[in-house]
Amino acid sequence: MVLGTAEQPLRVAVFGAGPAGFYVAEHLQRRADLAIDVDMFDRLPTPYGLVRAGVAPDHQKIKAVTAAFDKVAAQPRFRFFGGVEFGKDLSVTDLRGHYHQIVYTTGAQTDRRMGIPGEDLPGSHPATEFVAWYNGHPDYRDCQFDLSQERVAVVGVGNVAVDVARILCRTPEELARTDIADHALEALRHSRVREVYLLGRRGAAQAAFTNPEVKELGELPDADIIVRPEEVELDPVSREALEQSGDRASAKKVEILQSYAQRQPAGKPRRLVVRFLVSPVAVLDNGAGSVGAIRLVRNRLVASATGTVQAQPTDHVEELPAGLVFRSVGYRGVPLPGVPFDDKWGVVLNEKGRVLDPDSKQPLPGEYTAGWIKRGPTGVIGTNKPDAAETVAAMLDDAAAGHVVVPAEPDPAAVERLVRQRQPHAVDWNDWLRLNALEIERGRTRGRPRVKFTRVDEMLDALGNRHRP
Amino acid sequence: MNIASILATKGDKVFTIRGEQTIREALVVLAQHNIGALVVVDGLRPIGILSERDVVRAAVKNEAVFPLLVNQLMTRDLVLGDPGDDLGAVGQTMVQRRIRHLPVVVDGKLVGMISIGDIVKAQRDRYQGEVDTLQIIVMEHGH
Repeated sequence: MVLGTAEQPLRVAVFGAGPAGFYVAEHLQRRADLAIDVDMFDRLPTPYGLVRAGVAPDHQKIKAVTAAFDKVAAQPRFRFFGGVEFGKDLSVTDLRGHYHQIVYTTGAQTDRRMGIPGEDLPGSHPATEFVAWYNGHPDYRDCQFDLSQERVAVVGVGNVAVDVARILCRTPEELARTDIADHALEALRHSRVREVYLLGRRGAAQAAFTNPEVKELGELPDADIIVRPEEVELDPVSREALEQSGDRASAKKVEILQSYAQRQPAGKPRRLVVRFLVSPVAVLDNGAGSVGAIRLVRNRLVASATGTVQAQPTDHVEELPAGLVFRSVGYRGVPLPGVPFDDKWGVVLNEKGRVLDPDSKQPLPGEYTAGWIKRGPTGVIGTNKPDAAETVAAMLDDAAAGHVVVPAEPDPAAVERLVRQRQPHAVDWNDWLRLNALEIERGRTRGRPRVKFTRVDEMLDALGNRHRP
Repeated sequence: MNIASILATKGDKVFTIRGEQTIREALVVLAQHNIGALVVVDGLRPIGILSERDVVRAAVKNEAVFPLLVNQLMTRDLVLGDPGDDLGAVGQTMVQRRIRHLPVVVDGKLVGMISIGDIVKAQRDRYQGEVDTLQIIVMEHGH
C-alpha cells in the first residue's frame, strides 16, 4: 500500500493545537509530493496553545508567530476540531479507526511542586495558574488570587516567574493596552501589591531569564528594581564557569544585574526585588490559616562533576513576609489515557518522537509525539520546530516503510460524523476565525489588540445556533 | 536547559554490560545497536565505561582481545552526570576531558547516557529555535 497519493492520502491526527502541533503539521505539509491529511484536535475551541494562554499579554510581538500557524491551517488538507478532549471525546482506539498516524502534542500541563511544608496553604499557587488566569484560559478563569496582599514572593527566575512578576508590577494603563483577560485587568486594577520578590536558587549567572527580559524589568514605569550587590557579585565558581564557556550573554546578564544593584531607587510606587542564592524551605502560616511568609535558606554555589554550577544550602535561614506565593520551579507532562508514559521525565515514552511500547521498548506503529510532552518543558517557541522536524522525519520514514496503523475507516467524513456525535460543540477553523475576528473587534473599540472570550459557553454563544442545539 | 530533555527522547534505553562479561559479548552489543560505548554496571550502579576506543587500543597491543573481560579494558575513571546538569556545562566538560559518553545517574543508579553527538544536536536545536523566535519578534517590530 502506497500512502500519500490523492487516492490514498496519509491520514494524520494531531492532538494539541499549540506550537508543537502546528510545526508537525507544517513539516508534513512541506512534502508537496505527498497527499497528507492533517486533522488537528484541541480540548479548547481556540488554537495556539501557550502562545495564547502562556505568552505574556505585554509580549504581543511574540504572538505574531500565529501568522505562520494560520498559513498551515489554510492548507486544503488541514482541518481543526476545537473543543474535543483526548480520552474523553475521542480515544486512541477511535483514532486508530480513522488515521494511519497519531501525534501527541499536548504539552506540559502541570507544574512541579516545591515539595516543602505549607506549599498548599491558601495563598500559595502555581505560577502557571496565575498565567492561565490572566491570559483568559477558560479552565482558570474563575481562579482567585488575593491581590489585596502587599508582598508577593515568586519562586523561580525562569521566564514564567519573570512574566508573573512583571505583570504584577505593570500599571493598569499599561495592561489595558494588552490582550490581558478582562477579569484579570479588573482584578489587577484593584491590586494592592507593592513589593514583588523574584527568588532564584542559584546565582545571577545561572538565572534562566534572558537579557531582554532582565532589561525589561529595569525599565518598568511603576516599579523600582532592587538587587542586593552581594547577591550579584560573581563568585569564583561562576566566574570560572563563565570564563571556560566564553558565554558572553550570561556575562552581560550579570553586568546588567550589577548595574541594578548600584541604582538608587527612584521612589516608584512598587518595588521589584530580585534575590539570588536562596531556596524556599517552608511556606509559613500567618496564624489565620493562609500564607504569611516564606522561609528561605541561603545557598552557596559549587561545581558538580560535569561543571554544572549547583546550589548548596548553608545554615543561614531567613524569613520573608509575603501574603501571596507563586511557585514556578518547572513543569511536567500529564499522562494521556491509553498512551505510554515515562514517569521519570514526565513525557510520553518515546524515542526521537516514536512512541514506544512500555514492555518491548519497541515503537508502537503509527503513534508519535512532539513538543514538551515529548522532550519535557525546555526551550522557546522556535525550539519546537527542529523537535517537530525530527518527529516528522520518523513519521515519513515509517509511512514509506508501511509501518502505520491500518484504519478501518480512513475517511474524513467519518471523522466529522464521529466528532459531531461525541462532541456536538466542536468548532472548526472557520469558527475560530470568526471568534478571532470578534475578539479583535471587541478590542478595537477599546484600543486593545483583542478582548478575549474566556468561557467556552461565551465562545459557543458568539458562534450562534449551530453550536447551541 | 538541562540534559534531562535529551534523555526524555531516548526511550528509556541504556546499553549496559557487566564487568565479568567478555569483550566478544560487548562487541556484539555495540555492533547490534550501532553504538560507541557501553556502561559497565554492577546491578544498577555504573562502575566503568567500555568504549570502542578502549577495545581498539587494546587490540593493537594484543590480538587476542576477544576473550578478555570487560573489567580488564573498561575505563574506571567515570564522570557521571545528573539529569539537572546544564547542557552547556556538560558539553564543555566533555570536550575538555575528551569524553564522548556520559552516564547519567540518579541516587547512584544509572538512568541514561548522553553522547557528545546528543549535546551538539540539542545545542543546535536550541540556537535554531532561539534564532527563529527572535526573527519573528524582529520581523513584527518592522511592521
